[in-house]
Amino acid sequence: MEVLLFGIAKDIVGKTLYELDDVTDNPKSVLELKQYMVAQFPEFGKLSSLAIAVNSEYAADDVSLKQGDEIAIIPPVSGG
Amino acid sequence: MIEPIIEIVDNLDPGKVYQELSHPKSGGVCVFVGAVRDSTQGEEVVSLEFESYQRMALKEMRKIALEAAEKWTLNAVVVRHAVGAKEIEEPVVVVGASAAHRDACFQACRYLIDTLKERVPIWKKEYFKNKTVWVSAHP
Repeated sequence: MEVLLFGIAKDIVGKTLYELDDVTDNPKSVLELKQYMVAQFPEFGKLSSLAIAVNSEYAADDVSLKQGDEIAIIPPVSGG
Repeated sequence: MIEPIIEIVDNLDPGKVYQELSHPKSGGVCVFVGAVRDSTQGEEVVSLEFESYQRMALKEMRKIALEAAEKWTLNAVVVRHAVGAKEIEEPVVVVGASAAHRDACFQACRYLIDTLKERVPIWKKEYFKNKTVWVSAHP
């Protein structure tokens, strides 16, 4: 599974694409992915908010993650 | 249903927006332009940089434009944001609405920029003399 990273998420992880091991990590839902990322990179826990997009739409915690989904971490937005 | 003008661009030209919003049934055209300010909470800002998750940002901008068009019966709507490095006074966002009367376009314009700031995946980094900050990242 690959996760796209933008803004401060990119700085926290140190790259624009983070690869999870499909066998050992493999979060099944948005909530599990958030918990995994915070465990790996505690800085995520200090942000004002942490959202996940699945196939370029905001996804609630109970949305399940499937092979081939485009997954992105959405840190607090600040456009405009 | 109208088709909104939605764009993410490297360089933003606010001068062309009147032509895009002008419409025979519109007695009011309202435009908001957001620009780079030279300070944040009293601290001097040197420049800004914007980054987007383009595919999702365009989708969200279009949703917001269509919501506004339906709610206020707009004849035309524009949502355009710039990305990349920006200097002081450069325009970075333009939203505009065109409607029969002014109340609708003022309210729509306010909704467009406020909602864009809430949910469109675009990120702003402020460059100060001695540090850089991703805006709103931390409480």
